[in-house]
Amino acid sequence: MLDNIQKQLLKEVVDLYKMPKGAYNIRANGEKAARNTTENIDIVTKEDKPGIDIIIKDGTKNESVHIPVVLSESGLKETVYNDFYIGEDCDVVIVAGCGISNCGTHDSEHDGVHRFFVGKNSKIRYVEKHYGEGDGSGKRILNPVTEVYQKENSYVDMEMVQIKGVDSTHRITKAELGEGATMIVHERLMTHGEQKATSVYEVELNGEGSSTDVISRSVAKDSSEQIFEAAIIGNTVCNGHAECDAIIMDNAHVVAVPKLDARNVDAALIHEAAIGKIAGEQLIKLMSLGLTEKEAEEQIIGGFLR
Amino acid sequence: MLELKDLTYQVEENNETLTIIDHLDLTIDDGKFIVITGPNGGGKSTLAKLIMGVKELTSGQMIFDGEDITECSITDRARKGISFAFQQPVHFKGIKVLDLLRLATGENISVAAACEYLSKVGLCAKEYIDREVNSSLSGGELKRIEIATVLARGTKFSIFDEPEAGIDIWSFQNLIQVFENIRKTVKGTVLIISHQERILNIADEIIVIEDGKVKKHGPKDEILPELLGTADAVNRACSKMS
Ligand SMILES: Nc1ncnc2c1ncn2[C@@H]1O[C@H](COP(=O)(O)OP(=O)(O)OP(=O)(O)O)[C@@H](O)[C@H]1O
Ligand SMILES: [Mg+2]
Repeated sequence: MLDNIQKQLLKEVVDLYKMPKGAYNIRANGEKAARNTTENIDIVTKEDKPGIDIIIKDGTKNESVHIPVVLSESGLKETVYNDFYIGEDCDVVIVAGCGISNCGTHDSEHDGVHRFFVGKNSKIRYVEKHYGEGDGSGKRILNPVTEVYQKENSYVDMEMVQIKGVDSTHRITKAELGEGATMIVHERLMTHGEQKATSVYEVELNGEGSSTDVISRSVAKDSSEQIFEAAIIGNTVCNGHAECDAIIMDNAHVVAVPKLDARNVDAALIHEAAIGKIAGEQLIKLMSLGLTEKEAEEQIIGGFLR
Repeated sequence: MLELKDLTYQVEENNETLTIIDHLDLTIDDGKFIVITGPNGGGKSTLAKLIMGVKELTSGQMIFDGEDITECSITDRARKGISFAFQQPVHFKGIKVLDLLRLATGENISVAAACEYLSKVGLCAKEYIDREVNSSLSGGELKRIEIATVLARGTKFSIFDEPEAGIDIWSFQNLIQVFENIRKTVKGTVLIISHQERILNIADEIIVIEDGKVKKHGPKDEILPELLGTADAVNRACSKMS
């Protein structure tokens, strides 16, 4: 059912060699390639537009859902809507990701719109990896939109990774947090060549005692361009922290745009941004251990993006 | 053997040429345990950086084991067997202590082997092995890890720039033992930059660098009394004044 290129893409985006355990839905070249549901996790194809609903029952613990997408046909463009309805008191891991292999001359594009409705006291770990390959002149484009709605005391930990091969990304992540809810975001990004990546976060802290921590680590090489925008809106007693830490190399261009919007005296919001080249002393130290400059650079970047 | 011939290092500052190392000649024999001392700003760290290739000579020549290394890069010198523990250790985001020790040995050494090196510098290995070499470590901890990376390399020529700086007095005794052990077990040459009498005391030879020149160079038994003598003289002069 899946060809070798598609299997390789799957391995890159969700570390899968074979079919995962638990619930999954694999989409390949715009069509459902495989699906599995469990007693607690149902997956239903949307009737009105492309995409799926993932419904997770109250109290579902230690289960996972994998929903990878692979594109290996040049010129394929799709927008897919996936909605996650997560009940109360759940503890689940959701792994998404998109791999594009474009060896042709036409642009391939996948725009995933993911909405998460997280119930009270539920804990979610969400991992999303982007990966592109193929030597065709057609571009590999990914524009993910993520919306998160968190009920009381829910906890969402998101890991967004894009290290290789995606020509253009415009990521928008929006979240609204209720009382005592927490959202943690770890973004890791590397761009090279002429790639462009924009990442926009907008987190609204609406419930008392809600908190967020948005952390981005990125490396921009060659003539690539990165824009990081983080807006945190504090409407009540809350804690918000955003951090952008970027290594800039060659002729790259990196922009960090902080926006803190406090509408309550007890909203504690912090933004930190640092953009700079690899520190000379770091290279010198590793070279004094016998590494070449290039090897030293790789180690420093590898650690930084870990 | 390391031969430094007529080394000069100058920097330009506000259109003025500052001479930091001034026509310095020095020969360091193999297998010696040598301590370099001298007043602050005398040029000790600069000399160490010139040997490692971190700074580029203005003029002069360096011969290491008969080979001219004047034009060699840091990497080449490191591979030829020179190591350097910096006065101010560098930190890295995301690189763990274990990673750094593995890079230092150039091998994928086991956790147990890496822990050995940490124990040698008085760190409780299992608490540190998985930590990132970042600013969350204290100055003294970073300093010990820095020393451990040089021990892990085990090269024939090792330079330590003020290894005792930032190390608490309880651990200082321990550190002296570390260096006594190095002295006994390491066949190569050890060059320590230090202001500490107890480190000077375990040297074979002492070199005093002042104003970018070798002021004194000789066996410990000869140089140390002279140094302590001058310190005593200063103390006496001060006590007279009060
Ligand atoms: N790039 C530079 N520009 C200006 N001055 C410099 C530069 N590099 C070194 N110096 C000066 O050279 C002198 C020697 O510095 P160095 O760090 O080698 O001294 P040191 O003997 O190691 O001192 P300490 O005992 O305080 O560590 C100092 O006066 C320092 O300010
Ligand atoms: Mg110094």
